[in-house]
Amino acid sequence: MARITAGVGCSHVPAIGVAMDQGITEDDYWKPVFAGFEKSREWMKEAKPDVIILVYNDHCTAFDSSIIPTFALGCAAEFQPADEGWGPRPVPVVKNHQVMASHIAQSLILDEFDITIMNEMDVDHGLTVPLSVMYNQPTEWPALVIPLAVNVVMYPAPTGNRCYNLGKAIRRAVESFDEDLNVVIFGTGGMSHQLQYKRAGLINPEWDKDFLDRLTSDPVGLSQMPHVEYMREAGSEGVEMVMWHVMRGALDDEVTEVHRHYHVPASNTAVGHIILENKS
Amino acid sequence: MAINKDYEDIPGTFVFDADRARIGYHLNQFCISLSKAENRDAFKTDPEAHMAKFPMSEEQSQAVRDRDWNRMLELCGNIYYTSKLAAFDGINFQQLAGLMTGMGDSYREMMVNGGRPIAGNRYKHEWKED
Repeated sequence: MARITAGVGCSHVPAIGVAMDQGITEDDYWKPVFAGFEKSREWMKEAKPDVIILVYNDHCTAFDSSIIPTFALGCAAEFQPADEGWGPRPVPVVKNHQVMASHIAQSLILDEFDITIMNEMDVDHGLTVPLSVMYNQPTEWPALVIPLAVNVVMYPAPTGNRCYNLGKAIRRAVESFDEDLNVVIFGTGGMSHQLQYKRAGLINPEWDKDFLDRLTSDPVGLSQMPHVEYMREAGSEGVEMVMWHVMRGALDDEVTEVHRHYHVPASNTAVGHIILENKS
Repeated sequence: MAINKDYEDIPGTFVFDADRARIGYHLNQFCISLSKAENRDAFKTDPEAHMAKFPMSEEQSQAVRDRDWNRMLELCGNIYYTSKLAAFDGINFQQLAGLMTGMGDSYREMMVNGGRPIAGNRYKHEWKED
């Protein structure tokens, strides 16, 4: 049977991808951002996931305003890095576990999560930056990746509660898949940041730290946080953090925090990262 | 009964909700078109002809011509879309934030020093403007 063994929370700041692609990660500005991922890359080598379920948001790349699915599961054989206006990132093609993805799609819909199925989709920095920070620059991604895109661009994003419960449904779907697979789930985006208008640049490290703490100590309570609190306290784009609840919901109630990294700034954003392992 | 927009008292912020998405639709679709190379070429060759493919309001079109980044947001543009027009002009996210906040280069300095603090920036009544 397939099992989810751990969860990774991770920001996806596009400038982090640019810094890696341009080879400037040792610069004074970027060094502390990447230093916090050294342990994570070692951890990935130990954890060796066969499959990563990567919960992320698309930035009007695969989905412009014409179609806005709340949850969209990638079911194609592979996903090309997208051209987001400055050419595609020079990173490997993302390969799916297509049989498992279609199993998860069927399981989720029967579990009353009416997801959209994507049989053609390019993936943007929201998906590729977390892979880059966790795996560095391999010629092929070491794991198969099942993308789950969540709308957080047009308000409202799904509620934290809905995301948490989707995580539980994903776990049920994974555990009903016969192949013996080690699955790690990523929840991405955040942390506090606002990219727009006159309040751009908002950063709230106390709020971010409390969010990271409560992923372990109070995940259910944390999932009940209303949208307005994210937007007010962590910036309008901080609402992306709802995606971390999908990751958290897919884990055991009791988890062990094995790594944390927090740094301000990367471009406009607070970078947050956590690794949680199931206790069982 | 109307939906309670409990997020409208956040200062210096537009929440891109269903109403704003509706009003900003053509402006945003114009902006996002620039993530494709052929559309960037078309816009470069004949800006007005490319803009005319998208039935924006005259105010929205003028904000695009003026590269008035805040006006585009006021007219229901969304930052993930308007940033594509900025990228077309060679302006990155951080430079764009410098323009939107009126801080210019000091924006980057603020970020390096930890960003804009939350204290005094939660509610519109804490700001003299808005």
